[in-house]
Amino acid sequence: MTENVPALEVIGLRKEYRVRGAGSTTAVASSGSALLGHPSKRRAPTSLVAVDDVSFTVAQGRSLAVVGESGSGKTTVARMIVGLERPTGGQVVVGGRQRSWNQMGSRERRRRAREVQIVFQDPYSSLDPRMTIRACLDEVLRLHFDWPSERIDARIEELLDQVGLDRRQADGLPRSLSGGQRQRVAIARALASEPRVLICDEAVASLDVSIQAQVLNLLSDIREATGVSYLFISHDLAVVRQVSDDIVVMRRGQMVESGPTEQILTQPGDPYTQRLLAAIPRPGWHPTSSHDSGPEQTPSTESS
Amino acid sequence: MTSSLASRGPLSRVRSRRSGSRVDTVVVVTGAFIALLVITAVFAPWIAPSDPNFGSILSSNQGPSAAHLLGTDSFGRDILSRLIYGARLSLLGPALIIVISTSIGTVLAIACAWFGGWFDQVVSRVADILFAFPGLILAMLAVAMFGPGLVAPVIALSIAYTPYLLRVIRSEALRQRNLPYVAACYVGGLSARTICTRHILPNVTPLLIVQATLSFGYALVDLAAVSYLGLGVQPPTAEWGIMVSTGQSSILAGHPQESLFAGVMIIVTVVAFNLLGDRLAARQSTGQS
Ligand SMILES: Nc1ncnc2c1ncn2[C@@H]1O[C@H](COP(=O)(O)OP(=O)(O)OP(=O)(O)O)[C@@H](O)[C@H]1O
Ligand SMILES: [Mg+2]
Repeated sequence: MTENVPALEVIGLRKEYRVRGAGSTTAVASSGSALLGHPSKRRAPTSLVAVDDVSFTVAQGRSLAVVGESGSGKTTVARMIVGLERPTGGQVVVGGRQRSWNQMGSRERRRRAREVQIVFQDPYSSLDPRMTIRACLDEVLRLHFDWPSERIDARIEELLDQVGLDRRQADGLPRSLSGGQRQRVAIARALASEPRVLICDEAVASLDVSIQAQVLNLLSDIREATGVSYLFISHDLAVVRQVSDDIVVMRRGQMVESGPTEQILTQPGDPYTQRLLAAIPRPGWHPTSSHDSGPEQTPSTESS
Repeated sequence: MTSSLASRGPLSRVRSRRSGSRVDTVVVVTGAFIALLVITAVFAPWIAPSDPNFGSILSSNQGPSAAHLLGTDSFGRDILSRLIYGARLSLLGPALIIVISTSIGTVLAIACAWFGGWFDQVVSRVADILFAFPGLILAMLAVAMFGPGLVAPVIALSIAYTPYLLRVIRSEALRQRNLPYVAACYVGGLSARTICTRHILPNVTPLLIVQATLSFGYALVDLAAVSYLGLGVQPPTAEWGIMVSTGQSSILAGHPQESLFAGVMIIVTVVAFNLLGDRLAARQSTGQS
């Protein structure tokens, strides 16, 4: 059944954030109407479209990269897929099953946890500082699998092995680990529930280059071993080239281009992609436009 | 590459261990004092030199002597023994207040941080309103309604202390709630209760201990004031606030020892709790960064 069904499908995804008009930020929170849960009538909130009509498909065992400048809505897409944010419109289909945002009981969330997992950018805040690495993995495994303790322990060892951590490190708290090691823990925790799709939101961006390479190798080894699909969010095109089969380029919440990695990186069709490529010149790349037009840094508001 | 990985871990571990175990004299001294006080209160019958409620008019208002180390009060009772027995109620009252108010405050604070929305708004607003009432006024109101004793002021002060603890803990719980590790727990499928009790609560606990410690001192002063005003536990029960009050009549006659020593106990205990709380807070803010 899972043969032809894509691991993850996103259809016409949209997210609007309500943002309060300039200069009236604090007053609204303490007004009576806010207390009763009605949006304030006097200061009409404007809306910011963070994600607008984004659709893509990640096939089983494939790796899709989402690239775009800061503020282009990449993280918002990821948060909607894992259920941390409610889409304003559109659908998220995981393994052929469409997700609804109306029934988010703990049973449903437990089920979803076995479908999609995420690794966040900042390794320093994405682990509970008061829980040992072992306890952190143990908690997830006990939640999802009805295994005897020996089997759980064996699985913990296996996961630690898979991400290249040793037992001594597993019994310590996150603060005794380096950023790269913590990110390995975050990956192990994400893999513990055996998800179909692993989202990496700038998962290597805060690591230094040699550690980045190690973690990226680790990720491709894991894909080979487990057949997990990746949704790889990054603004670093060098990283993207290394890990992804396909690319989606986002700008101001919209998709501007998508296609196989090699094609997008060598013959970008959209001027925006060309500018992204030109902004990070590397040996072996062929920037198609000149240096004077760098990527735009300002996030977009569709209201103003 | 592997060697750089291996050397990074142990280095940071050594650093954190050293700063974690640095001996802090203030913490040790105040902590020891408080521990001693608690032991004294618990084992009062074995420690007190004489019966706190027995005295002879013949030996009233004596100065310190070998028989009565801190002298006697106007009823001829041994002041040291009364201070030792008095530690029981004088510490029990604030302890009850702190246990009740931190428990309620913490549960509400974490619930506010977790649910947000209207629940948070309503709870925070009610807390703001309660916060505007001084604890002592609430305590007096409670005594007026339910009569003097330990229970009414303790309940009133617990209610008065809850909003403060709620506020402080809520903001920390909210900070924790918005950290990626909580999002990771959520995506991992953990139930809201597990996330709140196993992850958020342990991470607000250090702050909770500091605030409970600081509040203990204030609660002790407030409760002593209630007793001093004659609204709390009643004489002849031994309690520091009452001792300050009953000793007053002897001050003009030149026998300040009862009020003086009871007052000193209150002040020293409060200062000990405040110093300890302050120091724990300072250690926490340096330790976390
Ligand atoms: N909770 C929120 N409330 C209001 N606006 C938000 C919220 N979260 C994100 N936004 C806005 O949505 C837009 C997209 O943000 P998002 O974090 O998805 O960008 P991104 O592509 O991940 O950027 P980066 O590369 O910097 O991580 C931004 O303009 C941001 O300001
Ligand atoms: Mg982002």
